[in-house]
Amino acid sequence: MSDGLLEQPTGRQRMGFFTDTSICIGCKACEVACKEWNQVPDDGLSLLGMSYDNTGMLGADTWRHVAFIEQDRPLGRQNNSVTVMPTGPSGTASTAAVVAAGLGDKHGSMLGTQTGRVHPGPQPHATPDGHVSPGGRTELRWLMASDVCKHCTHAACLDVCPTGSLIRTEFGTVVVQEDICNGCGYCVPACPYGVIDRRERDGRVWKCTLCYDRMTDGQEPACAKACPTDSIQFGPLDELRERAARRVEQLHGVGMPEARLYGADPDDGVGGTGAFFLLLDEPEVYGFPPDPVVTTRDLPRMWRHAALAAAGVAATVLAAFVTGARR
Amino acid sequence: MVQGSNMAECHPVGFQWVMAAKARGATLIHVDPRLTRTGALADLHVPLRAGTDIALLGGLINYVLCNGLEFREYVVAYTNAATIIGEQFRDTEDLDGLFSGWQDDKAGYATDSWQYEGTSVASSAGKRERGTRARHDGQGRSHERQATGRGHEHGSHGAALSDLSNIRRDETLRHPRCVFQLLKRHYSRYTPEMVARVCGIPVDVFLQLARMVTDNSTRDRTTAWAYAVGWTQHTVGVQYIRAASVLQLLLGNIGRPGGGILALRGHASIQGSTDIPTLYDLLPGYLPMPHPDAHGSLDEYVADDSADTGYWGNMRAYTVSLLKAYWGEAATADNDYCFDYLPRITGDHSTYQTVKAQLDGSCKGYFLNGENPAVGSANAKAQRLGMANLDWLVVRDFALIESATWWRDGPEVESGELRPETVGTEVFFLPAAAHTEKDGSFTNTQRMLQWHHAAVDPPGDARSDLWFWFHLGRRIRAKLAGSTAERDRPILDLTWDYPTSGEHAEPSAEAVLREINGRAADGTCLSSYQQLTDDGATACGCWIYCGAYADGVNQAARRKPHTEQNWVAPEWGWAWPANRRLLYNRASADPEGRPWSERKAYVWWDEGKGRWTGHDVPDFQPTKRPDHRPPPGARREDALSGIDPFIMQADGKGWLYVPAGLSDGPVPTHYEPQESPVPNLLYGQQHNPARQTSRRTVDPYQPSGDEPGSGVFPYALTTYRLTEHHTAGGMSRWLPYLSELQPEMFCEVSPELAREAGLEHLGWATVVTAREAIEARVLVTDRMVPVRVHDRIVHQVGVPYHWGGNGLTTGDSANELTHLSLDPNVHIQETKALSCDVRPGRRPRGADRIALVEEYRRRAGITAETGTAPRTAASPGGTA
Repeated sequence: MSDGLLEQPTGRQRMGFFTDTSICIGCKACEVACKEWNQVPDDGLSLLGMSYDNTGMLGADTWRHVAFIEQDRPLGRQNNSVTVMPTGPSGTASTAAVVAAGLGDKHGSMLGTQTGRVHPGPQPHATPDGHVSPGGRTELRWLMASDVCKHCTHAACLDVCPTGSLIRTEFGTVVVQEDICNGCGYCVPACPYGVIDRRERDGRVWKCTLCYDRMTDGQEPACAKACPTDSIQFGPLDELRERAARRVEQLHGVGMPEARLYGADPDDGVGGTGAFFLLLDEPEVYGFPPDPVVTTRDLPRMWRHAALAAAGVAATVLAAFVTGARR
Repeated sequence: MVQGSNMAECHPVGFQWVMAAKARGATLIHVDPRLTRTGALADLHVPLRAGTDIALLGGLINYVLCNGLEFREYVVAYTNAATIIGEQFRDTEDLDGLFSGWQDDKAGYATDSWQYEGTSVASSAGKRERGTRARHDGQGRSHERQATGRGHEHGSHGAALSDLSNIRRDETLRHPRCVFQLLKRHYSRYTPEMVARVCGIPVDVFLQLARMVTDNSTRDRTTAWAYAVGWTQHTVGVQYIRAASVLQLLLGNIGRPGGGILALRGHASIQGSTDIPTLYDLLPGYLPMPHPDAHGSLDEYVADDSADTGYWGNMRAYTVSLLKAYWGEAATADNDYCFDYLPRITGDHSTYQTVKAQLDGSCKGYFLNGENPAVGSANAKAQRLGMANLDWLVVRDFALIESATWWRDGPEVESGELRPETVGTEVFFLPAAAHTEKDGSFTNTQRMLQWHHAAVDPPGDARSDLWFWFHLGRRIRAKLAGSTAERDRPILDLTWDYPTSGEHAEPSAEAVLREINGRAADGTCLSSYQQLTDDGATACGCWIYCGAYADGVNQAARRKPHTEQNWVAPEWGWAWPANRRLLYNRASADPEGRPWSERKAYVWWDEGKGRWTGHDVPDFQPTKRPDHRPPPGARREDALSGIDPFIMQADGKGWLYVPAGLSDGPVPTHYEPQESPVPNLLYGQQHNPARQTSRRTVDPYQPSGDEPGSGVFPYALTTYRLTEHHTAGGMSRWLPYLSELQPEMFCEVSPELAREAGLEHLGWATVVTAREAIEARVLVTDRMVPVRVHDRIVHQVGVPYHWGGNGLTTGDSANELTHLSLDPNVHIQETKALSCDVRPGRRPRGADRIALVEEYRRRAGITAETGTAPRTAASPGGTA
C-alpha cells in the first residue's frame, strides 16, 4: 500500500488550482477544454433542470463540472431589483423538488455515474431580513462554480489503490495511470468528494490529472488556459493560497463577508487540497461536503487493532500448542 | 452599462475585460428582461419589458437635461446642440408621435422639414433603392428626397451639408429651435414615472441607475455602453443605438477613453463583413452602390454621394482606387476606371426582401455560406417556403444543416405542406472548412483585424470560402474565355490572379489582404488612405483598411503582449482606420486641446511640436491647431475647424439630431414593437410608422395593445442565445461536447407565469404566435420576473433560438414564431420583442399543428391587414 501522505517531490513545487467562483461566468469552457484535451467522452444528453447545469456532477466522463445555483438572497451589494417587482413566491424550492424527484428515477440513470450523491441544485436559503418583496420573492443571486478533483494532501484513493495505478506525481498531484488500473474500484468509495469514478464500458477509473501531460511541457492545464475570466487559476499552491487569502480580504472589503475559502486549510480533514475554492456560501450549497475527511484516516488505528487481535489469536494458538505439548 | 446584450454569455472572451475592469473598481450594470450570466456578475441588474429600451434611454436623457447634468462644454463645442433647426420642423410632441413630413401615400417621411436652418442636407437615401430617378435641381442636388433608404447609406459618415457657413448656432443653447431645446422638449414626457409605466422599471431603481451613470460621466470619469442584437433586432432598432448616441454625447462619453458605444457584433468578423461587405447595398469601405439612372458616370456618382466637407470629400480617390484594385490595367481614365462594370442597385435586395422574391418566384438561386435561415432567420417557414421555390440552392456548411434538408424532413413535410417529390429545388451541399483550418483575418467589435493561421488541414472535401469563391470565379472565367460579349468584360477583366499552394490550390489569404491594403504605382504597399489618389495611380481594395499591410508586413498578425507596449497596445493586430484604436479621439481633449483631466488624458495638442499627440493615433489632421477656423469656402477636411472632432460628419459635430439619413425620424422616439401586449403610453402612434411589413399570408401579424384580439397573445416574448451553442446551431449542435451542455430546447418562465399558465418545471410548453406553434421544455426560474406596466402585469417568455431538427440535440426552432416586420433603415427583423401565448403540454403533430395556429388566428380576428397600418388610426398626425 502506498503512502497517502504527500511527500514533496524533489526540486518541484506542489502545483494546484485556485478556483475563484466569485468571477465565474458559467461559460463551461473549462468542461469543454478538459474533454477536448483529455479526449474524455461525452456524458450523454440530458436536460437536468438544475438551472443551466446539465452536467450534474463530476464522474469518469466529467472532470470539470460547473454548478449553477439560483438562490433567494442578494450577492454582496448587488441589486437585481426583484423585491420591487410584482413577484409572487419564489420558485426555487419547487424546482429543486422536481429535480430531486427526477434524479431518483429517469434522470438518475442518465448522469453516467454510479457513485456519489447528486445535489439537486438550487437550495432555498434562509431569507435575510428586509429582502422580502410584498409578493414573497426575495433578492436573487446566481452562483456559478467549476468543480474538479481536489488532489488532496491526504488522498484516500491513492491509499486504497492495490495496484499502484494511483500515484502522487512530481507536481504533488494525484493521477490514475490508466495502463495499470485494473478496475477494482476500491478508490471510488474512498473519495470523500465523490470525484473518482469508473467508466462503465471500460471498467477503469478516470479523473482529472491536472493535465499532467501539459504540465510536463510547462503548459497550464486546459481548463485554466480556457477560462476567460481567470476564475480558474493554476500555479504553485503556496502562491495560490496567498493570492486567495488576499482575494477573500478584498471581497470582505466590498461588502461580501460571505466569501470564504474551501480546501485551503492544511489542517482540515484531508490536509488541505491541491485544488481549492473561493466560495460565497456554505460548501453544501455547491455540493461539497462541509467537513471532508480522508476516508483512510482511521486505517492506522484499525490496523493497530487488527494487529493486536491477530497477535492475541497467535498468542492463544501458540499457548494452545505449548499447553498441548506439555500434555 | 451592458444593455441589449448578454455579454457574458454571448461574448465570454471579451467579457474577461469587463471582469478585469470590475476588479479594478468599475461598476457593471446590466439592463435585460432576464437575469442572465451577465446580470449575475453585475452590480445592478435592471429588468425591463422587452422592446422598451428607447423609453428607458429617453428617461435617462430627460434626467440629464432636467438636472443640468450634461457635459456642457463638450456639448456646446462638439455636438450640434447649438445648431438651429428650420421653422418647418414639427416634433412628436406636436403630432402625437409623428414627425413632420409624414406622407400617407408613401408610408414614409419626406425629410425636407427636418433640416438645419440655412442649409439643405442632401440625403441620398431611399430613391436609389426604389429605382426611381432622383430629381436634380440647379445645384445638382436633390432636395426632395424620400427617407425610406437604409442606415448603411452613409456608412461611416453623415449626410452631406450644402453650405456650412450658413449654419446658425446659438451657443447659449437657449434658442427655442436649437437642437438642445428641441431635445428638452422631445424628451420632457420621458419622466421616471413614465419609464416605470412603460418599461416596468420602478422609479427607485431608475433613479439609482440614472445616478450611477451620471455620477460616472464627468471630466474625470467615463461610462461605456455595450450593446448587441438585443438593440438592433427591433422595428425601431437603429433608433435604439441613436438614443444611446444622444445620451453619450450629452454626457461627453464619445471619443474619450473608457467611453463610447460598443457594438458587440454577432459573431466572428461580422464587423469585417460590413467593412468589406456581404451586404447588398454597399461597396468596400462603406462606398454606396451606384444607382442605375443617376450614376451613369463616375463623376455623377461622386458628385451625388461625396460630401463637400469632412473626410468623405475624398470619396473619388477611394472609389477610383477600388476600381483599380478590381480591374487593374483595364481600368483607365479613358474608360472612367471601369465604373460601368460595377453592378447597379435596382431596389431593396436585403435578406428578407430576397426571401420575398423567392416566394414570388423572381429569385431563382441562393448561396448559403455558413448561414442556416431555416433555423436562424425570422419566420423560418417563410425561409423554407422561399427556398422551396428556387431552381437551385447551394449550402456550404460543416454538416447537413436544416437549410440543406428541409425538403425531406422539415416541419412542412411533417405537416404535409411540402412533399419531397414535388419540391423542384436542386440542393447542392458543399462541406466547408472551419476557421481553424484556414488562414485569414477577423475584424471584430473594435474594428481590429487579427490574423489567424490554419492549424490543421480541412477534412475530406471541406474547403475554405476563399478556395470556393476563387475557383468558382476561375472556372466561370475559363468558360467565358474568348467571349467578345460586352457583358462578360467585367468578369474577364477582373484581377483574379491570387497565388495558390498545396494539392488543392488554396489561394493565399495574405495576397488578398495585400490587395485590400492597396499599392502604389510602383507596386509597393501603401501605408495610409491619405496616399490614395483619384488619378488611377493607386489601387486599394478597401480604403479604410489601407495600412493593414503597410511596409509589406501583415500588420494584422502582430501579437506583441500588452506587457511590452503602452496600454493602448497599438502593436496587437491592426485597427482601421490608420491603426487608430479610438475613433473621434480629438474629443478626449477640451476645445483648447488640453486633456479634460489627467486621468482621462488620451490625445492632446502639443504646442511645442505644433501637432496632435497622445497615447493613440490622433483622429484629426495632425497639425490643425485647436484655434484653427476654416476660411469661407474651404472644402473636404479643410472645412472643419480645430474643434470639430467628428471628422466624418460634414459639420464635424456629433449629431444629437439627425437632419437627414434616417427613415424614421431625426430624434429617437419610443414606439411599441410590431406585436406588443400593451398600448403605447407615450403617444397615440403605436408603432414605428415607417417600419416595413410584408402583408403575406405566410407572415400574419397579431393585434397589439388595446386592439380587439390582442389578449389572445398576452405575453411578451424574446429570443436569445446561450453560451453553449452558436447561433442557428451549425457550429454546435453536431458537437457532443457542446450539445451535452444544453441538450434540449427550452423556454424560461417566471414562477408567477408558471402558476398562471399551469406550467411545470421540466414539463412541456407550447408557445404560439400567429405564425406557428412550437414546443419546448419548461425551465421555471426566479431569474425571470414579471413587470408591472401601465395598468397590468406583463409576463415574459424567453426562448433560445439555437434548435432545429438536425444534429445531436434537436428541437423546435424559436424562429418559427417570429415575423418579418422590419426596421426601415437597415431592414433587420424584430426578434427581440414580440407577443405570444404559452400553454402546457406538447404541440400537436402534423396538420393538427396548423389547425391549432389557425384557431388562434381566428380567435384573435387576424386578417391580412392586422398590424400593417403604418399610422395608428387615432393618431391625428401627418398633416405637416
